[in-house]
Amino acid sequence: MIMATATLATQPLPVLPEGWAGEKDFNPIGSLSAATQRTIEPVGPHFLAHARRARHKRTFSEDDRIQAQEAAKKVESTNDDEISEPEDPMDLQRDAKDWKSQDHYQVLGLSKYRYKATEEQIKRAHRKKVLKHHPDKKAAAGVTDDDNFFKCIQKAHEVLMDPVKRRQFDSVDEKADVDPPSKKQLAKGNYYKLWGSVFKSEGRFSKTTPVPEFGDENATKEQVDEFYNFWYNFDSWRTFEYLDEDVPDDNENRDQKRHVERKNTNARKKKKAEDNARLRKLLDDASAGDERIKKFRQEANAAKNKRRLEKEAAEKRALEEAKAKKEAEERAAQEAEAAAKAEREAQKKAKESAKNAVKKNKRVLKGSVKEANYFASGAASAADVDAVLGDVELVQGKIDPEEIAALAGKLNGLTVADEIKSVWSAEVKRLVEAGKLKEGDAKSLA
Amino acid sequence: MAETGSRPAPGDRTVIGLVFGNSNSSIAYTLDEKAEVIANEDGDRQIPTVLSYVDGDEYYGQQAKAFLVRNPKNTIAYFKEFVGQDFKSIDPTHNHASAHPHDVDGVVSFTVNDKEEAVEPSTLSVSEVTTRYLRRLITAASEYLGKTVTSAVITVPTDFTDKQKAALIKAANDADLEVLQLIAEPVAAILAYDARPEATVEDKIVVVADLGDTRSDVAVVASRGGMYTILATSHDYEFAGCHLDQVLIDHFAKEFIKKHNTTDPRENARSLAKLKLEAESTKKALSLGTNASFSIESLIEGIDFTSTINRLRYEMSARKVFEGINRLIEAVVKKADLDVLDIDEVILSGGTSHTPRIANNLAALFPESTTIVAPATCATAINPSELLARGAALQASLIQEYDAEDIDQSTHPAVSTVKHIANALGVVTLAADDASSESFTPIVPAETAVPARRVARIAGPKNGGDVLIRVVEGGAHIKVTKPEPKQKAETNGAKDEDDSDDSDDDSSDEDDEEEEKREKVWRIGNTVAEAAVRDVKKGSQVEVTLTVNADLSVIVTAREIGGKGGVRGVVKAP
Ligand SMILES: Nc1ncnc2c1ncn2[C@@H]1O[C@H](COP(=O)(O)OP(=O)(O)OP(=O)(O)O)[C@@H](O)[C@H]1O
Ligand SMILES: [Mg+2]
Repeated sequence: MIMATATLATQPLPVLPEGWAGEKDFNPIGSLSAATQRTIEPVGPHFLAHARRARHKRTFSEDDRIQAQEAAKKVESTNDDEISEPEDPMDLQRDAKDWKSQDHYQVLGLSKYRYKATEEQIKRAHRKKVLKHHPDKKAAAGVTDDDNFFKCIQKAHEVLMDPVKRRQFDSVDEKADVDPPSKKQLAKGNYYKLWGSVFKSEGRFSKTTPVPEFGDENATKEQVDEFYNFWYNFDSWRTFEYLDEDVPDDNENRDQKRHVERKNTNARKKKKAEDNARLRKLLDDASAGDERIKKFRQEANAAKNKRRLEKEAAEKRALEEAKAKKEAEERAAQEAEAAAKAEREAQKKAKESAKNAVKKNKRVLKGSVKEANYFASGAASAADVDAVLGDVELVQGKIDPEEIAALAGKLNGLTVADEIKSVWSAEVKRLVEAGKLKEGDAKSLA
Repeated sequence: MAETGSRPAPGDRTVIGLVFGNSNSSIAYTLDEKAEVIANEDGDRQIPTVLSYVDGDEYYGQQAKAFLVRNPKNTIAYFKEFVGQDFKSIDPTHNHASAHPHDVDGVVSFTVNDKEEAVEPSTLSVSEVTTRYLRRLITAASEYLGKTVTSAVITVPTDFTDKQKAALIKAANDADLEVLQLIAEPVAAILAYDARPEATVEDKIVVVADLGDTRSDVAVVASRGGMYTILATSHDYEFAGCHLDQVLIDHFAKEFIKKHNTTDPRENARSLAKLKLEAESTKKALSLGTNASFSIESLIEGIDFTSTINRLRYEMSARKVFEGINRLIEAVVKKADLDVLDIDEVILSGGTSHTPRIANNLAALFPESTTIVAPATCATAINPSELLARGAALQASLIQEYDAEDIDQSTHPAVSTVKHIANALGVVTLAADDASSESFTPIVPAETAVPARRVARIAGPKNGGDVLIRVVEGGAHIKVTKPEPKQKAETNGAKDEDDSDDSDDDSSDEDDEEEEKREKVWRIGNTVAEAAVRDVKKGSQVEVTLTVNADLSVIVTAREIGGKGGVRGVVKAP
């Protein structure tokens, strides 16, 4: 033998994610989840090497040895308890010729399995019966001519091992039926369990597998829908030829033969139709009392109602919001207008008071020169008055209201002509310097 | 299994491998680590398990088998299965045409005239019969080898009870044969293959179908690092060689009745015995050629019968048996919680495995990735009738130096019963074509006995760099893709015309349907550890070694091949 080298994998390893960290680049995360105790076959060079290692400096105590034996998972099914049931004394008396009416499962001791029995179980059950009832054994024990039950066993085996014949028998094996629950049974609850087992047994006739289960009160709407869809479209392999009347075997009476054949065909059809109707009724009954369907319908209705109410509420809300919005806009417009008006009025007032202030200050300016007697010694002539007032107006025209106010401030309260004059001349001088007046302008005030 | 009886010292042993079947037995020995099956003085390597007494002379093998026609009452056949069994638990079906077993205080016994001047016939227990028969085999082997055979490894079916084992050992000891070890038949078959010099030790799941004369036994075996663990078995008494004989018996009997308008030759014991022998030889001929003759002198009422049959016709008549074998094998795979896609090899063993149809049917049942190791499907297949004897001889040569105590200690369940991991252990890799989809690459497969160590070499990322080793458990499941429903129009029209003549049954529309696609896909399970291998060069490979210890703790090591350093870490036992 050649020792295998490493296995090769072509699919690449992933790149280390950004930020991955581990102590010495290693992170233990979990552990192995499961193991089974099994027995390795003590054969071959590799096992012997294993045994050498396992036994190295070690002797196993008797306890170790017993424990190991018991802990190992068994692969051989040593007992056939699962297929042991007491034999029915009536069966043991059966006439093998009457095989059509025999319960093949019961004859083999498989009553509790029926259509569920696997091929292996049938073979094992059959063998068990053969061991017990083989005519050669009975002959060896001095019992002769008692192979009737053995023939029944062989017939049961023949039928159950032939997939076609087995289906024909299973089709009419009413002992595998689960009757629909009565009202009384249902009254105690267990609706889903009771109907569930009815459909589980009916499901044995399905051409398609797996057959959806009835489920319980927690089933989703999809599951329930799938269940009823499947069953209302049930595709059954159930046939009824097992119940055929025997067709006469002789070639003489061909008409009679044909007659029986036709009768059988019709009977099969009729039984099939009845069976379909029966299944439909089962479904109707099951669905009629199925609280889940009601619940889903109510939920659907409730959902619909909820949607309608939500829609109405939403519409109402939208309407109200629109109204409120419009009102707010109107209110804002009004307020804005009022504010603008107030503003305008305030501006007007301010303008007016500024105007009044200017007027008042101008009166102070004019009053000051009048107070100073137009800077004339003695009675001022009309020409003096005119010249002075003309210059006052010239200066007034060159300065803005603030400067007027400032000038008026300085002049206010002055009574002495020289003082008044010096204020004016300073102002004229300022204006000349500022270039607003020319040298020689407002001469009467300079 | 404490054997009694003569115990040669290890150095003085001459060892053989021995197969003691219901219908045939065989002997093999090893020479330079190669096993050879020995032919007896009649030139037979398959020696019928039959004893016959005529005028005080004892015949065995092929000669005894021939006496089933003329001397059935004093011919003992099909007794192997009865060794160590109570009368109430035996099936005497196959003894109908030879000495009948009867009940002597629960002991299965045969009564035959084994003396020259038979005043009183002798009643022999099945153990005595076995001892006498084994003695003949040992003599044949000793003559062939030129020295007295002292010891043997004997194969037994996996359902042989402790009582049967003990009785077989006792019967062998009474024939002066030391039994080194009884080994399971399917494992002997695997060992015969694994011991070939060109074989490699691989982890694989093997189905061994041992198709004999009266029974078919199937085992699913996990072969892990050269060690074998049986996962499931099944035993069948309905689809085996004798049932194929029966098909031919029925076929030719009917033909004979039709042709000669006689009574049914199957109802006359002697005619039936002739039919049976000829049916078997015709059946064997049909394994080689596509036509075989069937010819019996004086079948009944002095009428000779000669006929032929072709393989196709035979295969059609035997269809039920062939289909039964397929179903049997499929069912054991299922019993082991596996799918046909999980099976790497199917080894066909036993005489009936020569039948080409059986191997071909299995080739159709299993995917292409499964090797069907049988003469019809595999050029390197070993003669299926010789597998068990070779395996037994190889095992005998491995342990011939052990003293009895050592064999007992080494093969005891305290040594052989260990934990096997339930899930595969491996690492996460990226799909070759799609770097965003992660997949699972197994390194230690499920059902591996611990401690176990496996090494894998895995490609680094395309551009190299730092690499993540994420050690996870993996679970396999079968993904089924249904074919697109076919357009009806496609199948109508011209196509119907040319295939209407070659299929006369109604299966043709089934054949038309495209099969659904089934594939095994891995699911990434529980994360066990993460490790980093840094600075892997572009194009480099990373070697990951996983060691699962006996307590299920795991040691992970990983390194760049050709690079320096690497990473090592330990995951605690659960
Ligand atoms: N070349 C062949 N082609 C077909 N069948 C064969 C061939 N050679 C042997 N056989 C059949 O194989 C069967 C014997 O197989 P084998 O020697 O493996 O049986 P066995 O192990 O002694 O019997 P059992 O399994 O009942 O204990 C017989 O039915 C025999 O006819
Ligand atoms: Mg065999």
